[in-house]
Amino acid sequence: MNRNPYSPHTEADRREMLAAIGVSSVDDLLGAIPADARRPALGLPAGMSEAEVQSHLASLAARDRPAGAGPFFLGGPVQRRYIPAAVPALAYRGEFLTAYTPYQPEISQGTLQSVFEYQSLMSELLAMDVVNSSMYEGASAVAEAALMAVRLTGRKRVVVATEVYYQYRETLRTYARGPELEIVEVATRDLAPSAAGAACLIVQHPDALGTLVDVRPVADAAHAAGALCVQVTEPHACALLEPPGKLGADIVVGEGQPLGIPMSFGGPYLGIIACRDALVRQLPGRIVGETRDANGTRGFVNTLQTREQHIRREKATSNICTNEAIAAIVASVYLALMGPRGLRAAAGLGVERAHRLAERLSALEGCRIGDEGPFFDRFLLATPLDERTLHDALELDGIEAGGVAGADGYPGRSGLVVQCTEMTTEAEMDALVRGVTRIVTGSGEKAAAG
Amino acid sequence: MRLPASGATTAAPVLEPLLFELEREGRAGRHVRGGENADALIPAGFRRGEPLRLPQVTESQVVRHYMHLSEVNYSVDTGMYPLGSCTMKYNPKVNDRVAALPGLADLHPRQDDASVQGALALLWELERMLVKITGMDAATLQPAAGAHAEFTAMLVFKAYHAWRGEGATRRRMIVPDSAHGTNPASAAMCGFEVTTVKSDARGNIDLDALTAALGPDVVGLMLTNPNTLGLFEERVRAVCDAVHAAGGLVYGDGANMNALLGLTRPGDLGLDCIHINVHKTFSTPHGGGGPGAGPLCVKERLRPFLPGPGVVREADGTFRRSSDDRPRSIGRVRSFFGSFGVLVRAYAYMRTLGEEGMVETSEDAILAANYLAARLKGRYALAYDRPCMHEFVLSAAAQKKKGAAALDIAKALIDEGFHPSSVYFPLIVPEAMMIEPTETEPKETLDAFADALLRIADRVESDPAPLHDAPLTAPLRRLDEVTAARHPVLRWKPPSRP
Repeated sequence: MNRNPYSPHTEADRREMLAAIGVSSVDDLLGAIPADARRPALGLPAGMSEAEVQSHLASLAARDRPAGAGPFFLGGPVQRRYIPAAVPALAYRGEFLTAYTPYQPEISQGTLQSVFEYQSLMSELLAMDVVNSSMYEGASAVAEAALMAVRLTGRKRVVVATEVYYQYRETLRTYARGPELEIVEVATRDLAPSAAGAACLIVQHPDALGTLVDVRPVADAAHAAGALCVQVTEPHACALLEPPGKLGADIVVGEGQPLGIPMSFGGPYLGIIACRDALVRQLPGRIVGETRDANGTRGFVNTLQTREQHIRREKATSNICTNEAIAAIVASVYLALMGPRGLRAAAGLGVERAHRLAERLSALEGCRIGDEGPFFDRFLLATPLDERTLHDALELDGIEAGGVAGADGYPGRSGLVVQCTEMTTEAEMDALVRGVTRIVTGSGEKAAAG
Repeated sequence: MRLPASGATTAAPVLEPLLFELEREGRAGRHVRGGENADALIPAGFRRGEPLRLPQVTESQVVRHYMHLSEVNYSVDTGMYPLGSCTMKYNPKVNDRVAALPGLADLHPRQDDASVQGALALLWELERMLVKITGMDAATLQPAAGAHAEFTAMLVFKAYHAWRGEGATRRRMIVPDSAHGTNPASAAMCGFEVTTVKSDARGNIDLDALTAALGPDVVGLMLTNPNTLGLFEERVRAVCDAVHAAGGLVYGDGANMNALLGLTRPGDLGLDCIHINVHKTFSTPHGGGGPGAGPLCVKERLRPFLPGPGVVREADGTFRRSSDDRPRSIGRVRSFFGSFGVLVRAYAYMRTLGEEGMVETSEDAILAANYLAARLKGRYALAYDRPCMHEFVLSAAAQKKKGAAALDIAKALIDEGFHPSSVYFPLIVPEAMMIEPTETEPKETLDAFADALLRIADRVESDPAPLHDAPLTAPLRRLDEVTAARHPVLRWKPPSRP
């Protein structure tokens, strides 16, 4: 019996193959491996049946508390969103899921057309000319956008707002160690005055704390200084807000996870990167383009490949090879199912609930919305309590209250970043209001009525 | 293949209309409703001006659209993928199912450690298994893919040399001429100059050329072993010793790890680190291009520089995220912990196989590759005639002289019902055809594939010209890639918009 349950070979098969090769055992083929390093004992556990594996994984999963098991206000780049039933049913079909990168377009039109449609749908949403077929996730997409701006301008100074997601800024700093870029972090309001000598200004709208940002003056200042404007955005926000292409952004990046992809404890996700037509030759990653076959039938192929590592090696625009193609297909199925009304509804429900919740919380004694100005679907809740104390106290109540702004690395901020989406229920909001009331004001009664 | 008509009319013949070509104003689903009051909460200057022009289609149209597209896509679920360097083995279904368990799929990466103990336990166990398999001491699970792991490792090397006070002088990375394109691209992203060293007549790194390239300015060597010729580096220890003697580090590109499970450990051969493409070796589905995951395993001396956080187990058996063991960390290389959903699938696969199953995996992969090489080498030139590991490279140079290039042979394979092998890689073999059957194809499939290539070889002898028109039976004929690149059409545009 086979030790690998997925091995199809019988002992007779193996004997026939060995005979055809002209050796008596597999060991005869391993002569190049140093003898003293051959067949080490690894110390791994023995194999399991499928039923045992299922049961083992289920027991691990049972030790976790999934989102929705209690009131849930975590968000930011990764959001709890409704996933229509048809999304996994279609996108995770084996024909898509188990396909390789479409290097043979004649038999890969399913992947290629689906990714072309992703590029088209995302271009509409962002109002940008070109979207690539995907990056790993949001943070590395931001870093690649900065590298792209560095190549385009020949400058090595990157200015990023401190209201950009802290994970994105940290990843940018890591990437910057490679080409030894100067990373300057300033408040969003100080981006424009910092444009001189910069390769790009990186602005996030809505920002990490949910606040709406006027991107146009940032883009104008960047352009006046010969720099590029990189906007970090979120797909749902673009359904309701003026999209980046209308605000002067040259490169747009973001996290595509909210478009039908499970949160899955951090990945795999979908890195969005888009640019203006004129910049496409410096865009990293694969791009699908339309063409015709020998009969004149429309078809799709990987194109502009002279940017890529398998052709250009050390002169490529990026080292990216494996990307997140299936996530791009998930996003396109999601956008097709939701349509313009569905996407606006999902985004709008988050906005409505965030505003209603903010109003109720800021009515509590000592509580206020920590950032001035209009916000989108999340906000900073500032209270007289230390942010971590409040967070942990809510956690004990079973409430996932959101990020802690100060500790997370948003200078000058303190409090909880509270995210709402179409999944946020009235009961969850009641629970948060009740919890904050009890912990901050010491009274649980008032909120129960509110 | 003929698909049922959707009713859409298009200007030119199409395989399947685009979503935008299926729409009618007013069609809408009911997946989410409400939110109409949001606009009033957004100041006018911030509101979207132009309508959102996504297609308006019904769910049934969407379902048929993607079902039609799925029918014109080759996949492991539908057939063999003999793609060298890609390890397109069968992807077990149970791995997809466990990754979708709510207790794993519905976790936000910022949940507190106490609420994700199962996920952390899984990652901790996975890390330990990877470290044991590779013979290393520590790992980071963050990198999203092989190339991402390469870049991570280059940053680790840079930080290591800088910490030793040699950051300013060590600026040059050595890459063999048989390496994947990602290797030099990753080194370049790290600001390193790339020196290419050639291979010798047996397909090994030319030790003399390597020695000549080494010096006090060298960061290290990027080594793929077995290399992209499918050959185990015969003097791997001498190669590593030479790099170390020059003060450099040896990076292992683990793309070909499927040949080594339980047969040898890179850590025992002198490598300082190695990444694992779990979407190759550990069978996670490739998704038409991704996602992958590229855990990076390192020796103790590189641990302090790894991206954080990792997972540690406390004395009481609980788990927490921590960067305590990486005081000189390069920082994070992505937002969160890594491609968790991919890692869950890999973990399930590894637990299914266990140690004995893994050893058999690599044995069978090597057996299948050598068997195919034995069946084919009489008709196609074997680039290096010695036992291969999990893959081998043929050259169609002789066939090209007769009128059919590697590309034509690849396209003819499509008409035989097979996905083509990798072609024109590695770059050092003219008209290269790189074949990796993996361990999960039955012998009868291996034989059918060999028979197909032999039939094509016969056609090249007798009448090569028709091969230029292949494929004839695929959903599409050959596509015009030149026009696609010269006049890029990268998105659908409404007819009214130029």
